[in-house]
Amino acid sequence: MMIYEILISIMLVGGSFFILLSAIGILRMPDLYMRISATTKAVTLGVGLISVAAALFFGSIDITSKAVLIVFFLFLTAPVAGHILARAGFYEGAPLWEGSKINEFADFKKDEEKDATSS
Amino acid sequence: MISTALNISLGMISLSMILIILRVLRGPSLADRVTALDILMTTGIGFIAIYSIYSNNDIFIDVAVILALIAFVGTIAFSYFINRENR
Repeated sequence: MMIYEILISIMLVGGSFFILLSAIGILRMPDLYMRISATTKAVTLGVGLISVAAALFFGSIDITSKAVLIVFFLFLTAPVAGHILARAGFYEGAPLWEGSKINEFADFKKDEEKDATSS
Repeated sequence: MISTALNISLGMISLSMILIILRVLRGPSLADRVTALDILMTTGIGFIAIYSIYSNNDIFIDVAVILALIAFVGTIAFSYFINRENR
């Protein structure tokens, strides 16, 4: 019984620590793409740990299945949402950080516009 | 022991919500604000899960499941709006 309490406490504090790290990341990172990349993964891990802590605390089969459902939805939707937001931000014209070197999507976009005008 | 951990994690999540709302207010582009709102929704899922342990009431886990679905739909709608406006 004691080891359950220690495990639940570690998971709760660890999950909220990762959420706090991602909040600091979204406030301090220099451009939009780094903000998306830093926050999506850390928040997914944090909420996953908290859901597992809730499943361990209640310890019944229906709460465990709902916690697995939350983690499944997050793992399914967070990469899609991050990717589509980065794409929308690029078309909106959000600037890159001045230290970033490779921008392959700009070349792709230039080729796409050339094809659209030539055909 | 669990109550101490619950208080610590509720405080940390409240602090991170304040930091994310600062980014919503400050964000230079619209995509920054939408990203911050998406992260705020996901943080709310964690807050509701912690509150359901805190109040020892397992009904609130259902709210977290529904919020996980609604947040994704809202983010996709906002990003289609941004794409439509800039084509």
